[in-house]
This record gives sequence, C-alpha cells and structure tokens, in this order.
Amino acid sequence: MHTLSRWDPDQARGLISSELRAARAFLGDDGPDATAMLPVLHALQARFGYLHAEATALIADALNVSKAEVKGVISFYADLRTAPPGQHTVSLCRAEACQARGADAVAAHLEHRHGLTPGATVEGVTLESASCLGNCALGPTALVDASRVVGRLDLPAADQLLARLKERAP
Amino acid sequence: MKVFVPGDAAAQSVGADEVAAAFVAAGGAGLEVVRTGARGLCWLEPLVEVDSAHGRLGFGNVQPAEVPALLEALRSGSPHPKALGLVASLPAMARQRRLTFARVGVVDPGSFDDFVANGGLRGWTRASSLTPSEIVGHVIASGLRGRGGAGFPAGLKWKTVAEAKSARKYVVCNADEGDSGTFADRMVLEGDPFLLLEGMRIAGRAVGASHGFVYCRSEYPRAVEVLRAAVVTARSRGVLGAGFDVEVRVGAGAYVCGEETALLESLEGKRGQVRAKPPLPAHEGLFGRPTLVNNVLTLAAVPWVLEHGGDAYAALGVGRSRGTMPVQLGGNVKFGGLYELPFGVTLRELVFDLGGGTASGRPVRAVQVGGPLGAYFPDALLDTPLDYEALAKAGGILGHAGVVVFDDTVDLARQARFAFDFCALESCGKCTPCRIGSTRGAELLDQVARGVEPEKNLALVNALCAVLTDASLCALGGLTPLPVMSALEHFHEDFTRRAR
Ligand SMILES: Cc1cc2nc3c(=O)[nH]c(=O)nc-3n(C[C@H](O)[C@H](O)[C@H](O)COP(=O)(O)O)c2cc1C
Ligand code: SF4
Ligand code: FES
Repeated sequence: MHTLSRWDPDQARGLISSELRAARAFLGDDGPDATAMLPVLHALQARFGYLHAEATALIADALNVSKAEVKGVISFYADLRTAPPGQHTVSLCRAEACQARGADAVAAHLEHRHGLTPGATVEGVTLESASCLGNCALGPTALVDASRVVGRLDLPAADQLLARLKERAP
Repeated sequence: MKVFVPGDAAAQSVGADEVAAAFVAAGGAGLEVVRTGARGLCWLEPLVEVDSAHGRLGFGNVQPAEVPALLEALRSGSPHPKALGLVASLPAMARQRRLTFARVGVVDPGSFDDFVANGGLRGWTRASSLTPSEIVGHVIASGLRGRGGAGFPAGLKWKTVAEAKSARKYVVCNADEGDSGTFADRMVLEGDPFLLLEGMRIAGRAVGASHGFVYCRSEYPRAVEVLRAAVVTARSRGVLGAGFDVEVRVGAGAYVCGEETALLESLEGKRGQVRAKPPLPAHEGLFGRPTLVNNVLTLAAVPWVLEHGGDAYAALGVGRSRGTMPVQLGGNVKFGGLYELPFGVTLRELVFDLGGGTASGRPVRAVQVGGPLGAYFPDALLDTPLDYEALAKAGGILGHAGVVVFDDTVDLARQARFAFDFCALESCGKCTPCRIGSTRGAELLDQVARGVEPEKNLALVNALCAVLTDASLCALGGLTPLPVMSALEHFHEDFTRRAR
C-alpha cells in the first residue's frame, strides 16, 4: 500500500542529506554532489508523492547547483511530478506490444466509462501513461502505485482494478 | 515437497503472488515454497513447478483457488488437468540454447548459495586467474556484440577502456531497457541478479575499474528491489566491495536515457541530453573518466564466455552474429515470452513455430523487430534470419531483439504516426529535425489520412525522413524513419485507403 506524507521541509532536508551522504560514501571525492540529484528527487517523490515547489531551493542548496538546474532536471523527466497525485496511480502502457493486445481500447474505455484521461484524477485514482513495462507478452499492462504490475488488463479487469483502488482511496 | 512459484514481475502481473500465498496457506509443514525468476513462458503464467525425481514438473495457469486440489493430486500421485510434464522437455524450452538464462526461472534470485550451487561464479573464478588482457582476449574471441541495440563488438570496447590511462575508471551497466517489446534485461535482473554482478566484476577486472553503476529504469520496481538485495548480499559474500563495488541507480521515465551518453548525464545529475561524440565514453565518460558502458545482456553473457572460453561462444551463431540472443516475443502472439536462441533462426520460425501465430487467431500482418525504432516487416520478409547484418539488409535492425506481432486489424499508418509521436515525446531536444521535425511528420501523416494531397505530403514525409536520418546526433531521431518508411513501403495501402 501507498503511504504518503504531507510536505514537510525538515523531513525533506533529512532525505536529501541522507541520499547525498550515500552518494559521497560510494564515490569518494570523484564526482560532484549533483550526482545525488535523481536519488534525491526519487526519495522526495516516494515520500510526498510529488516535488513541492519549496523542494527546488532545498535541493539546489544541498547539492551545490542552481535552482534553474534543479528545475531543468525536474521538467525533463516524465516520472517527476510537481503536483500531488491521487491516492493511487495507474500507469497504462501505451507502447506497441500492448497496442497489439488492445491497450488502445482499454484507454478509450477508461476515458469513456471512468472519465480518466492521462493526467486526470477521479475518485482518488490518477491515470498516467507508460511506455513499456516489460510485460509485452501479457498485455495490456499497467503499473499501479509505481510498484505493482498488472497484466492481461482487458476491459473487465480494468473495471475491477479501478473498483478495488477506489475502495481503498479515502 | 518443494514448490517453485515465480516472483518475476510478469508472473506477478497475472497473480503469482496470490498463488504462492495459497500454497503457503494450504501446504502446512513439509511444503517449501521457493520464489524463482520466470522461465519466460509467459502464456503459462502463473507457472508452478514441483520437484520430482526426473526434474521439475510444470503446472500452467494455476489459479489460487486450484491450489488445494493441486496439492492433493501431487500428494496422492494422481493426474492433474494442468500438468505439463517436465518443464525442461516442453518444446519451447527444449529448442532453446540457454547460456545466459540457464539459471533464470530455476534458482531463487535472493539466494547466493543457490547461485553458486548452480554454476555461479565459475566465470569470475576463471577470470581471477587470468590477466586483464587475457580476459579481454576471451571477450574478443567470443565475437560478443553489444546487446543494447548498436551491436558494437564488446571486446573492442573493453580493450579501449582497458588501455585508457586514468586514476579512476567506471563500469556502467545499461539497464534502461526502454525498447517496447523487450524484457530480457528485466528477467535477468529479477531472475539471476548475481549473474549480472559477476559479469560486472569480471568487466571491472578486465578494464581496471573500481566502481560500477547499474542504471535501471523506474518502470521496473521489482527488478530494482531484487538487484539491490543482491548487491547487499554480494558485498557480504566478498564478490563486491573491496576492489570493485556497484551502486544501483533508478531512471525517471526518459527513453533517451538509454542512449549511453544521455545515461551518463543522468547519472551525473543532469537532464538526460545526448553528448556529441567524440569523446567516446570509453575515453571520457562518467565524470570525464574512461567508462565501459554495456547492456545487461552483454555483461550477463560474459561469465559463460569466461567459463567456457571465447571460442566456445563463437562456435554458435551465424556470420558476424556470434553466440546466442535472448529473443523476446510479444504483442499479439499465442506463445509469447523469452527464447534464448543461437543467431540465425528466421522471423517466421519465431512467430509461427515457436510463437504459434497470433493470440487472436487472426492472420499475422506485421512484425516489428527491434523496438520503437525498428522496422515493420510484412509476411514476405519473415524468412529474414535473426542476425545483425541480415536484418539491416532487409531494412531493419535487431536492436535489443524485441519481436512484436500484430494481426490484420493493425493500421500501419497509425503505427507510423505513433513512431513520429514517440520521437517528439522522447526527443532530448538537441537536434532540430528530431525535436521539431517529428511533430511535423505526425501532422503530415494526419493530412494524408484525411486525404489532403496525399502524394505531395508523402513526398514531404520522405524528405523529412532523409533529414532525420542524416542530421540526428543519436539513433532516436536517426532511426525513427525505420518504422515510418517500412510501414510506407510494405503497407502503402493503409496510408491511402481513406484518402481514396
Ligand atoms: C535513443 C536510444 C535509446 C537506447 N536505449 C538503450 C537501452 O535502453 N538499453 C541499452 O542497453 N542500450 C540502449 N541504447 C544503446 C546505448 O546507447 C549503447 O549503445 C549501449 O548501452 C552500449 O552497450 P552494448 O554495447 O552492450 O549494447 C540506446 C540508444 C539510443 C540511441
Ligand atoms: S536525435 Fe533527438 S534524441 Fe538524439 S540527440 Fe538529437 S534531439 Fe536528442
Ligand atoms: S509494450 Fe506494454 S509492457 Fe511492453
């Protein structure tokens, strides 16, 4: 299950410094502190569900880079969010092997039946798009809460998945 | 009694965890449930295996509710409707030549002892008794080429990094596996992570590197979990740590970060933008240091090469494609999964003999080989053998050996448009044709679909593809023309159908 904390700058500072320590411990003095950037961003997003606007300055400060650089990185990577998602996320694979197994029909069904377009949140469930989840012989496929892969996701299975997730959303 | 249930993400995606839990709940004392990687026989998942005097017996598509009755049948020795017989004798297994995947789906990926008991570390033991240049010699003799997509000779790259002079060098394993239709890296990471670490350790000794990174995509949370646990264990068993250590890093949803220089930028904490070459990463890579970048499958092939010798590996395969290739068969295919085969098998054998044709039962219309930047092949080209040069001659690429099957409901004009969209979405932004031309290409194809001056607009698509091919810094822009032009060439009717 997915447990997210409310944004808290002190907690964020703690996460940032522990990732930075880990990076330094591994590399010694070869490589700048900025190398901890992705680990830091992942740690913050895993804890808070997204990257709060205040995180930029905290990271820039700790890793010795400009705020513009941090923002540039955040905007580059599709995984990184700057607004809180719903209680659950469903990332539907839209790549070729899943297309060949009916993923487009699942996407259309999610839109028409559940009002879910990529980026939208309905009853605590946020829909996102993925490009291959490595389950290409068992599609359609989705990644739930960034942690659990669901395959053979035909229309009835998609309905069931959403019903289960909505039940568990507050 | 010992029961094996895969804990690989594909098996989990169709209920393997629930099946394992049902065995634990119903089994009682005397039943051991082992979580393994997956065999790659995806259509049989959840595939349960049970130890017997002759080897492991398989039971396909087991549902949690069926577990008590299955246990009952096993204990009383009575037949069961889901029994498949010996897994190793299934035609889909017997036809393979599993060198890299020998232990995948067999051992518990969390158990170092299991790894060693099944032949793990033999390559490293051999390598430790050789000089670095002797190790490189074996990799050169093996003819092993990079499995990440470009097919560059691994031995030559190792030699370059080994000869570079620097106080610090790095080994970077590319586990970004972004190509749609591919999952072999994931299966190694989830099924035999110590194999990869052994390969990296050997590489470290060969090139003189003390530090390694594995850059794994975020779409593979299970792989990251299994690999991180393996790194901790490998340190405690002395395979990693003093002399050579490895850290696991996770990507963030950017396809282009699979390109080796973008990957290095990402590791350094920057936007994943492609660097101009030269300098090659082998000379100036991570933090400006000589860096060996290899795909998971390349590094995972190395322990076998060292154990058996480069010549033994080179004895398999055809032409300049030596050894085996773990082929991933996906999309609309009946028996989809992983098949490790010597090079030379034809696409037709793969799709029909092994794959059993489409899952939908409709005719096969197109087969895309090599990921989103790979060509779409029509039936007439399915006798092309799987071999780097033969695929190139047929207008395609092998890439990471993903083979995606489509039935006759596919619209290749839509697939061509998708290729442009993909390029636009994933472009790192450095080159204008890739960044902007791709969007223009999608618009042109929309015009064609609406019947607006189709000949003229298709000529513009042609010209645009020529620019992409010639003026792109990396293969994202440079190879997007492959799916587009192959669709146009072999499935022209899909583009003009609505126009007329
Ligand atoms: C856009 C793009 C994406 C790539 N994605 C991957 C990938 O996901 N995994 C990979 O191993 N190589 C990928 N490559 C190839 C790498 O740049 C590089 O050739 C490879 O990691 C070298 O290792 P190898 O010689 O063992 O194949 C990609 C290349 C490009 C241009
Ligand atoms: S071709 Fe595209 S992805 Fe590759 S370097 Fe140029 S802009 Fe970046
Ligand atoms: S294409 Fe959807 S999981 Fe690979």
